[in-house]
Amino acid sequence: MSILKVEKVVSGYEHMQILHQISLEVQEGQIVSLLGPNGAGKTTLLRVIFGILPLRQGKVYFKGEDISDIPPERMPRLGMCYVPQEENVFPSLTIQENLEMGAFILKAGCKPRMEEIYKLFPDLSNRRKSRAGELSGGMRQMLAIGRALMLNPQMLLLDEPSSGLSPLLVDIIFERIKKLNEAGVTIFLVEQNAQALQCADRAYILEGGEMKAEGSAREILKDEEIGRLYLGR
Amino acid sequence: MNTAAIAGILNFLVSFAIMASIYAIFTMGLNVHWGYTGLLNFGIAGFFALGAYTSALVTSPMPTGMMANYVKQAFGLNLPFLVGVAAAALISGLIALPVGLLTLRLNEGYLAIATLGIAESIRIFFNNESWLANGPQGLIGIPQPLCTLVPPGYYNYIYLVIVLIFLAAIYVALERGIRSPWGRVLRAIREDEVMSGANGKNVFFFKLQSLILGAMIMGIAGALYAHFSAAIQPGVFEPLFGTFIIWAMLTLGGTGNNKGAILGAFIVWALWSWSTFFILKIVPAGFQTRAPFIRYILIGLLLVVVVLKRPKGIIGEERHVSKF
Amino acid sequence: MLELIVYGVVLGSIIALGSIGLTLIWGITDLFNCAHGDQITVGAYIALLFVSLFSRIGFLQAKVGPFSFNWGVLLAFIPAIIISVGLAIFIEHWVYKPLRNTGAHFITSFIASVGVAWVLRGLIYMIWGAEFHFYTSGLRPMIFLPQGIKLRVDEIFIVIVAWAAVAAVYLFMSKAKMGKALRALADNPELARISGINTQRMIDWAWGLAGTLIAIAGVLYGIETQLRPEMGWIFLLPLFAAIILGGKGSITGALAGGLILGIAQQVSTAWLSPTYKPAVAFIIMILFLLFRPKGIFGKG
Repeated sequence: MSILKVEKVVSGYEHMQILHQISLEVQEGQIVSLLGPNGAGKTTLLRVIFGILPLRQGKVYFKGEDISDIPPERMPRLGMCYVPQEENVFPSLTIQENLEMGAFILKAGCKPRMEEIYKLFPDLSNRRKSRAGELSGGMRQMLAIGRALMLNPQMLLLDEPSSGLSPLLVDIIFERIKKLNEAGVTIFLVEQNAQALQCADRAYILEGGEMKAEGSAREILKDEEIGRLYLGR
Repeated sequence: MNTAAIAGILNFLVSFAIMASIYAIFTMGLNVHWGYTGLLNFGIAGFFALGAYTSALVTSPMPTGMMANYVKQAFGLNLPFLVGVAAAALISGLIALPVGLLTLRLNEGYLAIATLGIAESIRIFFNNESWLANGPQGLIGIPQPLCTLVPPGYYNYIYLVIVLIFLAAIYVALERGIRSPWGRVLRAIREDEVMSGANGKNVFFFKLQSLILGAMIMGIAGALYAHFSAAIQPGVFEPLFGTFIIWAMLTLGGTGNNKGAILGAFIVWALWSWSTFFILKIVPAGFQTRAPFIRYILIGLLLVVVVLKRPKGIIGEERHVSKF
Repeated sequence: MLELIVYGVVLGSIIALGSIGLTLIWGITDLFNCAHGDQITVGAYIALLFVSLFSRIGFLQAKVGPFSFNWGVLLAFIPAIIISVGLAIFIEHWVYKPLRNTGAHFITSFIASVGVAWVLRGLIYMIWGAEFHFYTSGLRPMIFLPQGIKLRVDEIFIVIVAWAAVAAVYLFMSKAKMGKALRALADNPELARISGINTQRMIDWAWGLAGTLIAIAGVLYGIETQLRPEMGWIFLLPLFAAIILGGKGSITGALAGGLILGIAQQVSTAWLSPTYKPAVAFIIMILFLLFRPKGIFGKG
């Protein structure tokens, strides 16, 4: 069953249309990757899905429900969380406080869940009282993902989690993402790094605001033309 | 209506037009800073005060006899009116130089607060240093140009012509300036400081020029005010009022537009000076002393409504789309 | 000198109390609220209204302990706070929220707050007139400390309330969930929304908190001096200086900034005419801007 469905979405900023009739589908339990070069409209699409940017045409469905007009602050309640690419932590808050903010909507305490997150990202656990602004790029990325996981969402939107990280850290991040998926979280992974295909089930290629290709991750990985045209190989 | 009543109304209108025109010049000075260059100057009352005091000291004679006991001033040069106005522009511009060197590197919000502090310090300085310009009592009997030409009752007509000549000359000069290559650089700085920096223009130097030019215009406005009212005290130059009413004028009329600056000055000054006049006729007698304060409410409401409904002001900026 | 420092602490505490609400709103909504001073005035006058209503109730006329004010003044804090909070949220909804939603430049909101300030002051003038008012008449008791230091007993009350307010707001912001969410909102409004925080509701809460602090500052300022329509407006410049010294949104910074300014102003009177006190505050502020533009506790 598809958990997220985007139907012929048109959107953009002020006088500029960026997304032209975009459609895609994410099946429950999968990792679906959206690849494309800089400026393809990947972040714009994520912002539209999450309700930050209004759409001009088309529809977005989550678990069969129309969420086209739902504001972003209500998404976590529906079971979808989002990790932006940049500015994805609260710099003056500590690691602990950042995680607490991830569970802001919960009335009950969030301590047990926080311990689970610390288990998933042990590096964070050692520096609970450090301010997020003082963390390295890799730690910050893990904290950002940890914050989004605090509500135990059914679905996670990730915007280029590997950007700016060393190759070693990139491997670790993708491995963690795979682990999360095995634990039952559906993941929509936006990337420039074709390495994402190795952990994805399906993939879409976006360029110039248009969907250029879609298929199983394996097919896309093998397709030499796609590799040459869009993935810089 | 008898002729005396008509003369009274005319007199009121003429002195209104003089003050509004002085404020219009002041507002055009601010327009150079904020409208054309994006400099947030909240210390404009300070430059106005500098101009007023400079011209007063340059044109009035040193007090003698009885007066010398009551009025202390550092000097009194007894020079002609035009020399006073020129000196006012010069001193305001000269003071703007160190102010700019100190503060123009700050980010825009902090520039605003720093200039506000400088203006208040200037006022406090004039208030305290009695040797300079008679402290809190201020200067009186500031000479009025061409005042021997007509009987005192008609003098305002002459002064209106003088002020209008200044208004027109400054307007024309600014309109030319802003259409010149120099003016285009200023606008580029306002629209995108980083870009124009990358274009190799020395952003800081241009900002400094704009600050000095605007300050000189404000100094001229201050001088014209001093010779019109013939008496000035530091209390008149409270930055929190003197500054923000000019900001209200520019915001209302249209930032980045000299016509807007003039229009805004006339509208706000009309509301300010006429509201009392009309309100006094309609309110009950016991309320008369409080009625004038309704003008605070009127101008405040007008400002809020314009900012909400017409953020670019009544006229708006000419030709160029502003990002503010 | 010790004497001057003690007076400086009193003055600094008053400045600090007035500036916490201002820096809070600046940090959270980016608004440099020029109406803050006049909102303080409104708080003081609302209390005056209730003090005169309470004047018919006999037992409220007893003085509170050694202080100059009676129980009626103390009770009047409550309606003053309620109305001040209501006013702050009302202005937020009719002026600042629409401006924020259209993505207005921060200077536009600042100018709008100047308009709000004038409307509030105009209303105070219309209702209460330009004359001075006092909460209670009679002598203001003094206390004599060693070293020839004389303080008004009221000033000790003010200093205690100011420090307690700073401590309470500081604890709220660092320990309470709502306080942390407010800091998160100040850090990154979009990420706060993404995390499920209703940012508008948070901003309303921030105004509620600011409104409470504004009313407390207003009544205490009224006790310290006297009530006049310009009281808050004139008070505004030192508040601006204090929060710039303290750094955007910093509660402890506002206290430190207030104390530095208060002490510097009073100590300067050893050499300068007291009328130069405000100028001393501005010169310190400008020096800070030039050498440490993020304030004492500002984030790098």
